[in-house]
Amino acid sequence: MTGTEIQTSAAVEQRNGSAPVLEVSDLHVTFPGEGKGPDIRAVRGVGYSLRRGEILGIVGESGSGKSVSSLAAMGLLPDHARVTGSIRLHGEELLGLDDRRMSAKRGETISMIFQDPLSGLTPVYAVGDQIAEAVRVHNPAVSKAEAADRAVELLELVGIPNPAQRYRAFPHEFSGGMRQRVMIAIAIANGPDVIICDEPTTALDVTIQAQILEVLKTAQRETGAAIVMITHDLGVVAGLVDRMLVMYAGRPVEIGAVDDVYYRTRMPYTMGLLGSVPRLDDEEKAPLIPIRGNPPSLSALPSGCPFAPRCPLAIDACSEAEPELQPVGAEGHAAACVRTGEIEEHGWSAADVYPLPEASGAGSGQPPREYRETVLDVDGLVKHHPLMKGAVFKRRVGTVYAVDGISFEIAEGETLGLVGESGCGKSSTLMEILSLRTPQSGKVTVLGRESGRAGHRERFEIRRDVQVVFQDPMSSLDPRMQVFDVVAEPLRTHRHPRAGLRARVNELLTLVGLDPAHAARYPQEFSGGQRQRIGIARALALKPKLLVLDEPVSALDVSIQAGVINLLDDLKAELGLSYLFVAHDLSVVRHIADRVAVMYLGRIVEIGAADSLFSAPAHPYTQALLSAIPVPDPEKERTRSPIVLEGDLPSPASPPSGCRFRPRCPKFRTLSTAEQQACVDTEPGLNAVSQDDHGAACHYAEKRTVV
Amino acid sequence: MGKFLVRRLVNYVVLIMLATTFAYLLAATTLSPRVNYEERSPRPTEEQVDQRLDELNLNDKTPLAERWVVWASGVAKGDFGKTVTGTPVNDEIERRVWVSLRLIIVGTVLGSVIGVAVGAYAAVKQYRLFDKASTAGAFFVLAVPAVVIALSLQVFATMFNQAVGAQVFVYNGEGTLGLEAGFWGTLWDRLKHMILPTLALALAQFAAFSRYQRNMMLDVLGSDFVRTARAKGLNRRDALLKHALRTALIPTVTYFTFTFGVMMAGTTFTEKIYNWNGMGSWVVDSIVTNDVHAVAAVSCFMAVCIMAASFLSDILYAWLDPRVRVS
Repeated sequence: MTGTEIQTSAAVEQRNGSAPVLEVSDLHVTFPGEGKGPDIRAVRGVGYSLRRGEILGIVGESGSGKSVSSLAAMGLLPDHARVTGSIRLHGEELLGLDDRRMSAKRGETISMIFQDPLSGLTPVYAVGDQIAEAVRVHNPAVSKAEAADRAVELLELVGIPNPAQRYRAFPHEFSGGMRQRVMIAIAIANGPDVIICDEPTTALDVTIQAQILEVLKTAQRETGAAIVMITHDLGVVAGLVDRMLVMYAGRPVEIGAVDDVYYRTRMPYTMGLLGSVPRLDDEEKAPLIPIRGNPPSLSALPSGCPFAPRCPLAIDACSEAEPELQPVGAEGHAAACVRTGEIEEHGWSAADVYPLPEASGAGSGQPPREYRETVLDVDGLVKHHPLMKGAVFKRRVGTVYAVDGISFEIAEGETLGLVGESGCGKSSTLMEILSLRTPQSGKVTVLGRESGRAGHRERFEIRRDVQVVFQDPMSSLDPRMQVFDVVAEPLRTHRHPRAGLRARVNELLTLVGLDPAHAARYPQEFSGGQRQRIGIARALALKPKLLVLDEPVSALDVSIQAGVINLLDDLKAELGLSYLFVAHDLSVVRHIADRVAVMYLGRIVEIGAADSLFSAPAHPYTQALLSAIPVPDPEKERTRSPIVLEGDLPSPASPPSGCRFRPRCPKFRTLSTAEQQACVDTEPGLNAVSQDDHGAACHYAEKRTVV
Repeated sequence: MGKFLVRRLVNYVVLIMLATTFAYLLAATTLSPRVNYEERSPRPTEEQVDQRLDELNLNDKTPLAERWVVWASGVAKGDFGKTVTGTPVNDEIERRVWVSLRLIIVGTVLGSVIGVAVGAYAAVKQYRLFDKASTAGAFFVLAVPAVVIALSLQVFATMFNQAVGAQVFVYNGEGTLGLEAGFWGTLWDRLKHMILPTLALALAQFAAFSRYQRNMMLDVLGSDFVRTARAKGLNRRDALLKHALRTALIPTVTYFTFTFGVMMAGTTFTEKIYNWNGMGSWVVDSIVTNDVHAVAAVSCFMAVCIMAASFLSDILYAWLDPRVRVS
């Protein structure tokens, strides 16, 4: 390795000047259309330059071209893509290099971390070998043993416990967070000068995201590399990057220092993005500001500014020609909008530019929840899955404690947010409630009728009142049914009079903000947000009292998500619905929920009114969860220090003794041995931490502000 | 892992015993060796026939269960009984088994290796000329029955031999009878005889494998881990060979067991058509001569071959896929 080190340090001196490490200018990527189809112009004129040690954030919604432009820099686009412009690494042009010469750069001077760590590692090789391979491919002189030693070092650097033993582990033995650490180790194996991170934390839970962001910072410190951080999460960008680039429809629309872009936004699209994010640090519940419409198709772009059809500031000049990036305000800050001057002059912000949706009357004029009817009452619900072994003679070898005795109730007109990381049992809880069967233990009472007690007919009746909206709007609608039939299906099943069917479907489509004239179309002709609206219309068809929402907005882009959240808010006020809202995004939950229950390993660890729980969480897990969520506010984000939890969620098949959160608990570590004994021996029950039925399952619950 | 393989092996032994027993019972109830004596002149008396059949343990007057016990206890000791002519079945097996195995092993190895290579390359060159040509070729072979392929190969060989004016391809028997040409000469002679029947078998294997491997390869080509490998700095060829093909081979190994059964059936025709005195042609002949023990012995041989193939694919699978090994 010494050879490389010398070489690197020499190179460092040479590079330490202000010369950019990576320079991209006027990059265009076009995918030729299939057959006679129009070309897809994925990237149109992206340019940026990156200095050593700098972090650049590239932000945009899906289809904005942010990933494609980075894959172009890595030379990893499919062969049929047409790439023009210039990408220079240390002044050397990368476009047009053949595979052999490009391979020598990849992983050596420029490396990349991808979004999905679960599929990113080859399943048949040990993780250590995959890291060692990255070392050896660029330094054939390094022996296998030396490369293995280096891999162990790297595993330690990215925070894998017992790296020497874990070297031999296969990817399937690692959790998502640990696999992403391995991906980072591969990326930094040869001390690259540029690391491109393509949504590296999107597929991970928030507590794991906080860990990975820490590892990335360590990696950057170790290598001194410049980082390109591609993400759609405005919170992640806020605290991490120096400069940012906002992309829309393949074009950069705003670029500048992160504070300039956040606080002195000059492009209406960026304003819209910032305004549509639900924020964890918002005390009062104001409706979100959605951007109307959908992003344009990349194969049929409008003539002028591609954002003009959705822009509240659009004037005639906007549709004449596509605006170029114009310098605005501070140095290096540029925006592509013909009205930047006016925006600057008036100091307009998102709230001024975008028409505020009418605030719904939710929550006003309702009696306190004790006086309202209870719509759903879950008492000690248990769902255990047996773990079986053997082919012919099956024997039970263990139990997965998916849901292990949880209790909550939802009053009429109330939204309960059920939150937790993946694998905590929130979906199992939903399915148990929806099945309307006798639970293994405990009691589920829907609208005063106990599940399992009801006969076939009665159960059919209860289903009217409990409807569900699923996470993925792409797969929850039958692609062979017209929208009319999708929405009419529950009505037909429940023998709605034929005569009023069309009127009712039209009414429902109007209610969720769709044009009834489109009822004859098929689901694939709609965008993700519109499809989710169709799913909501279907769920509302039978006038249910309780709507179960399973991650209804997590598959949608922020600007679209805001519209759906507002719709749900309005519908609740208008129709007097109750929601059971399952989500992993706490910002969304804070925005929509009246009460929140936090789940961890099949148990509710904290429950209470949303305001009380978010402003002063009492359970260490809730505190960690909340502090791990980045806030889209650079100044605030820089001063926050997230409570980074160690390790992963333990297997629900073997939960720890006593308090289940104990092994990861930051509070546990600060306690004296005598105090710790309680956590080890007894599982804490939900104890009230304040008057307003806010409870936490912790022996040493203590309110704390973390947001 | 070792425990897993031992358990599989025990399963296979039980399966082989069951398959052989069923084959014996089926043959013993449907084939009638007695008929063989009816057309003899002078026609032997019933007592003579009974006596002879009793010697061979083939008398249909003895209860089936009794005959089976005698036969099975012989098999347990490694004796497959006697043929209808009275010669030991074991001698015949000894003579024929290598003839068949030579054909099967070479045909399988050749067919599957070329099939996998062509399939994988076709996937990389999807929709290009090579892919289109190999797809057309594979579908053509799959659509034509094995018998027709074997016969057409003979026709082509004849035409070729006539055109060249020399016996380049030989398609009758497994070797020239009474040839005295030393070790190399005999080997060359055997090879010339082997080419066509092996090709006939390998073609069908190649067709099945190339299609399957192409699909498996297409599944992994766009996968994230291949992209990771290239992002590390592996060039295209290495990333495809070390990461994509290595992973795409795993399902093909299980597929191997399934095609092997079809291949065994193909051997029967091929041996018959090319006049090879192997196990396959023997089973056809024995059915004609009502030779119960021979049919049972060949069935046992085929069962052993198929089980050996699945055991091999179990081992290969465990070797290729650490997920099986670890858990």
